[in-house]
Amino acid sequence: MAEPHAWVWGAVLGGAAVTYLWRFLAVLLAGRIDPEGALFDWVGCVAYALLAGLVARMILLPIGPLAEVPLGARLAAVVVAASIFFLTRRNMLLGLGAGTGALVLLTSGLIG
Amino acid sequence: MAAGADPGRAACVRAALGEAFGIPGLVLGASFLGFGSLVRESGMSLWAGLATSLTSWALPGQVAMVELWAAGSSLVAIVLAVCLTNARLMPMTVVLLPWLGRPGAPRWRLYVAAQFVAVTSWANSMQRLPDVPEPHRLAWFAVFAGGLFGVSVAATAAGYALAGLVPKAVTLALVFLNPVYFMLIFVTDLRNRAKSLALAAGAVLGPLFHLVHPDWGLLATGLAAGTAAFLADRAWRRREAHRG
Repeated sequence: MAEPHAWVWGAVLGGAAVTYLWRFLAVLLAGRIDPEGALFDWVGCVAYALLAGLVARMILLPIGPLAEVPLGARLAAVVVAASIFFLTRRNMLLGLGAGTGALVLLTSGLIG
Repeated sequence: MAAGADPGRAACVRAALGEAFGIPGLVLGASFLGFGSLVRESGMSLWAGLATSLTSWALPGQVAMVELWAAGSSLVAIVLAVCLTNARLMPMTVVLLPWLGRPGAPRWRLYVAAQFVAVTSWANSMQRLPDVPEPHRLAWFAVFAGGLFGVSVAATAAGYALAGLVPKAVTLALVFLNPVYFMLIFVTDLRNRAKSLALAAGAVLGPLFHLVHPDWGLLATGLAAGTAAFLADRAWRRREAHRG
């Protein structure tokens, strides 16, 4: 693996350019494309799969400091977050608070 | 806001501000707080982190960018992954535009407004704009999305600063905010068959492909799991149509 810091600005600005590209194309082509057509169904599936893959990897195989947290604690925190989220009729703030709170409680004893 | 009588532009702007600094702003602020902490813990500078919130302002792509960068992925792999992650913004923007444009209004305004279409601003605008009188819709969106944008940039900086101040366990929890946030958004979408298939296949293939090839694994996950989910959903639909 190469030294990553070399292309941080390339990643930041390249990412911004391809992100605006979609918004720009939407205004340019509005009325001439069908946002509910097969092409965008496929695009939506690819984006969802990519993001789900990233989230699963961040939870199961974290790269940064989360790697120090035992897998059991990460999974328990995710289960707590989802449980509170559904018990509170999909209250996002409470779900997030419960999940991160659980992770703090589970790790504060293990990691100084 | 009641539909029908025009409450005036000032009232619409106040309503948009209240919305931006209400629940949508709080949830998005918490997520960008986590993003700021992720930036710091990934070894990226505050300036690069702030720049991506300022110029991209689409959290899923930003998280993918930081994670892939931290994993040492090549620039091409990073930019392509961000591109695929954010491709959804195009159909979303197309659907929102009729609520923002007015006959005779200059087109450049829409090109500016489009930069402020992201998941949170889009979902809430689709819900609220029908109740906003037509002459004030673009102003409502500008104030609402602009407010969310300001919250996001401030929260990125705050998350970066916090990660250096709070105990290690709290920093870890902040970094954990984003995967939890996206997971909770996903589980609310499980009623749509194609999306559910894509989520399940992606969640299984993501970690596996990462182990095989950390550089291109994420892109391969999106293309393979997404295409498989799309085709499976189409086949399912055809079978249902036959049984009809």
